[in-house]
Amino acid sequence: MMSAYAAVYAFALMGAGFAAVVLIAAKVFRPSVPYARKESTYECGIPAVGSSEVKLNIRFHAFALLFVLFDVELLYVYPWAVAARELGRVALLEMGAFLAVLFLGLAFAWRKGALSWE
Amino acid sequence: MTSSSPKPASVKASLPEPVLNDKNGILMTNRRWPIEQWARPWSLPGYRNGAMMLAGIVLGILAGGALIGELSKWGDRLYALMGSFAAAKGISTVAVEAVWIAIKVLIVLHVILLNGLWSIWWERKISAHIQSRVGPTYAGGFHGWAQTILDGVKLFLKEDITPAAADQWVHALAPAIVIAPCIAAFAPVLFGSELAAARLDVGALYIFAFAGISVIGVVMAGWASGNKYSLLGGLRAAAQIVSYELPRGFSVVPVIMFAGSLDLSVIVSAQSGFWWGMAPRWFVFYPVVGQVAFLIFLIASIAETNRTPFDIPEAESELVGGFHTEYSGMKWSVFFLAEYAYVLLGSFLLATFFLGGGGSPLPWTPFTLVPSWVWMLAKAMLMMFVFLWVRWTLPRLRVDQLMDVNWKFLLPWSFANIALAGLYLAFWLK
Repeated sequence: MMSAYAAVYAFALMGAGFAAVVLIAAKVFRPSVPYARKESTYECGIPAVGSSEVKLNIRFHAFALLFVLFDVELLYVYPWAVAARELGRVALLEMGAFLAVLFLGLAFAWRKGALSWE
Repeated sequence: MTSSSPKPASVKASLPEPVLNDKNGILMTNRRWPIEQWARPWSLPGYRNGAMMLAGIVLGILAGGALIGELSKWGDRLYALMGSFAAAKGISTVAVEAVWIAIKVLIVLHVILLNGLWSIWWERKISAHIQSRVGPTYAGGFHGWAQTILDGVKLFLKEDITPAAADQWVHALAPAIVIAPCIAAFAPVLFGSELAAARLDVGALYIFAFAGISVIGVVMAGWASGNKYSLLGGLRAAAQIVSYELPRGFSVVPVIMFAGSLDLSVIVSAQSGFWWGMAPRWFVFYPVVGQVAFLIFLIASIAETNRTPFDIPEAESELVGGFHTEYSGMKWSVFFLAEYAYVLLGSFLLATFFLGGGGSPLPWTPFTLVPSWVWMLAKAMLMMFVFLWVRWTLPRLRVDQLMDVNWKFLLPWSFANIALAGLYLAFWLK
């Protein structure tokens, strides 16, 4: 099992190394003839209007918060799911209660309108 | 109308004569698709040759696979050979381990790269045939097989434009942040019943964790480009990928409950065996729970890869190209390499979690002789075909519909699915 985790480090290194090698090699081989008009921001062929820091929908923030809540709960569910067979019916009931609370949370967010985009 | 203009009769004479079929005298331009012939497709030479070629390819792969046998055995032999060589030369076992890990990592990296070539060509062919075109035909000769290789060379040598308004460092770093966790996520992926680069006891969790990192690269790309389209595309991509991770994770919980492990090879071996001596005990065949989990995982996997019908982040008719609007050349192709690698990852995960991994679908002799990696590859390719098929069949969802599908449909149903799986554990599977 130790060598398996050594392989994980090797994979992480290889991922970073692959990206570095490919991007740097392409930089060596490709032509580079920049000029101002080529480097301008693309906006369908007309000069860009204003800054790129536009106003954003606040919904992105709400969904990010909801994601963090549910993702952490997913992490609680996984260890239980691994042991669900050995733990038996009591643990099933407990997880049922946990999931019911989770579902109530989702229903609350739904009722409050946090799940609708408009 | 002037009086000196030519008479209508002479205009009519300049038109070509209507072409008639010399066999039945019907106007050729009025020709319909020969449906009568398709009632007996085997009489059509094109159909016959194509079907025989396809059968030849399938039989060739099966025969070649049976001849090669289990790849993991060859790996064990190579490892033993390396060990005896090192013992003869007095090299330490740590060096042998390091070389062995390097070989495995390089093989998996080549799987990812070859998948880029193969699946892009395949997607172009499938999309073309769905739209009554033929797709790449010329490059390389045989059905345009060299098209993606030439595209790759072209992208490698193409000028890479970084806009003046962009944050240069973040702009250059974003593709690396997308591809690096993608490659790392392939460490525990099973390519056969025992064939994996690293057998991790938390394999499933590891894959979800690493695949989730790539979204940071997407947001960086959107933010650093200095372009409104990129920014909107990047944030939409973040909202979508992050949201669909929840049903994707929750839909696998029944599988983990039945298998009792996060180790992918344990999940596969939990699906071995057959009901009534013929129906495979794959998780997709567990009544209701299996099908619901499979569908939710499939939909969420398609959404995770930002492909149509969930391609809101790069919706080309409203956001130009989304987060990769300002990317070109190698950086752009790294984004697409990562996208197709995630399609491959999703296909292998679907095959592993729901379709019995490397197990044979039928318990009888010619099927059980085929090595597990051939079955695994066949199931993964079937799932990849579903990914490509869905992309070219369904229209794009609106951004609010996209969020509604996830939060109001997939997520509650995945909770209900876990509850039903709990009832199965309590009363049926024990």
